[in-house]
Amino acid sequence: MSLVLATVKRDFLLAARNPGEWLNPLMFFLMVAALFPLAVDPDPKFLGKIAGGVIWVAALLATLLSLDALFKADVEDGSLEQWLASGESLYVMALGKALVHWCISGLPLTLMAPVLGLMLNLPADAYVALLASLLIGTPVLSLLGAVGAALTAGVRSGGLLLSLLILPLYIPILIFAASAVYHASIGMAYNGQLGFLGALLALAMCLTPFAVAAALKLNLSR
Amino acid sequence: MWQWLVRLYHRLGSPKWFYEITEKWIPWLALVSLVGGVAGLILGLAYAPADYQQGNSFRIIYIHVPAAILAQSAFMMMAVAGAVFLIWRMKMAAWVAKTIAPIGASFCLIALLTGAIWGKPTWGTWWVWDARLTSMLLLLFLYFGVMALHQAMETEDSGHKASAILALVGLVNIPIIKYSVDWWNTLHQPATLKLTEKPSMDIDMLIPLLIMIVTTYTFFALLVILRTRNEILLHERKRSWVKKILES
Amino acid sequence: MQFDSFAEFIAMGRHGFYVWLAYGLSALIIMYNLLAPLLRRRQIIREQAQRLRRERNRSSQVENNDAPSA
Repeated sequence: MSLVLATVKRDFLLAARNPGEWLNPLMFFLMVAALFPLAVDPDPKFLGKIAGGVIWVAALLATLLSLDALFKADVEDGSLEQWLASGESLYVMALGKALVHWCISGLPLTLMAPVLGLMLNLPADAYVALLASLLIGTPVLSLLGAVGAALTAGVRSGGLLLSLLILPLYIPILIFAASAVYHASIGMAYNGQLGFLGALLALAMCLTPFAVAAALKLNLSR
Repeated sequence: MWQWLVRLYHRLGSPKWFYEITEKWIPWLALVSLVGGVAGLILGLAYAPADYQQGNSFRIIYIHVPAAILAQSAFMMMAVAGAVFLIWRMKMAAWVAKTIAPIGASFCLIALLTGAIWGKPTWGTWWVWDARLTSMLLLLFLYFGVMALHQAMETEDSGHKASAILALVGLVNIPIIKYSVDWWNTLHQPATLKLTEKPSMDIDMLIPLLIMIVTTYTFFALLVILRTRNEILLHERKRSWVKKILES
Repeated sequence: MQFDSFAEFIAMGRHGFYVWLAYGLSALIIMYNLLAPLLRRRQIIREQAQRLRRERNRSSQVENNDAPSA
């Protein structure tokens, strides 16, 4: 447990000292959202209809960007071997790493989302749904993403492969989250969608650390 | 019966035994696939009555549905084989999982292409975001991911393990993906016909379909066996029994 | 038989293009899946047989060179 806590603390410290790690994905998030009015139609009514979906797609892409580096440094500098040698649970370590990742990626995205909502003329009713869906959904993105990051940690330029592997798995989250925002914007109930997202979060928290642990063991120096 | 199955399972783990026994199975599988395919297609294309609403384009069902069914069960088989490899380190299981991937992806592609082509006369457009087609597309991406991961890993063994993990994660996700896409589709579905007929089909339409489904499975078995035998030859090339084959 | 003539069978009541396109593409993919392992098998056997022969030659050369001269 102490090793997990030490690793989590270290990663937070690294992120604090290297602000690019969490600022760059945020900037990317903002820029991607800005692309749509430029490429399609800045008409507020049109933007308002697609705002929820665009924000969520942008969040997905920004998350994928930041996942690549999740385990790479640990594989390269030998921390991974230390984790295994320590006898501490890789399962808990996986949860810890996912938590850190969410704090430096998903959480900032969630906090910045209202700004994007303003840019894209998101209907007023939809803001709560947007924040709720992001709050519940982004941890799932981090958890599933950790599986992909662990699998591709030893692969050169594994970032693109990571995206290919993880995107199909992200689809259900995208569908339910975007639907929640849309339903909110037309004044309908959306707790079903949020409930499903919550179920996905529970499932991901229980199962993905097993896959992450198994995948990490693959990356031991051969 | 149970004993026999357990023994069969263990024997299949031996590359040499697998190679020798499949030598005998190949001609039978080929024959059954050929006869079944010809019979199913003749019945389906020429003898089954035309659909009331769709006319003759519905005949695409006889290749579309078997391919779709196979694409999905092949993924499950691949994940199970991967799990067997991860748990019991059976080499044969890893090789079988590796060979299933491109075959399953091919059937997935067939399902997608035939589905899209069927859509054109039925709905007037080459691609529709119908729940089934969308799920099939995502399944194809999952297949590609497994295949890409095999290639990308540095050693063959880690490639097998990584793909097995991904296949298992994919397996858990497939029902979730299917459910979410179905659900999404009911919200957005245009008021048009359903793509495939429900099993309350006319018996004359159903029989060729059943024949084609069974045939596709035997054909799949044939393809997996052919490819796995190649893996065996390659990996066991230093063994004396393989050398005898190579020299003959 | 649902069709009165072979020409009608091919035409499939205006849908012939789609039906035969679908089956044609499927046939191509199936053929590829059937031929690829067969060709690969032949390639493997050929390459490994060559390798074996090379190793045999090399080891017999080594034996001859090691033969002590009286």
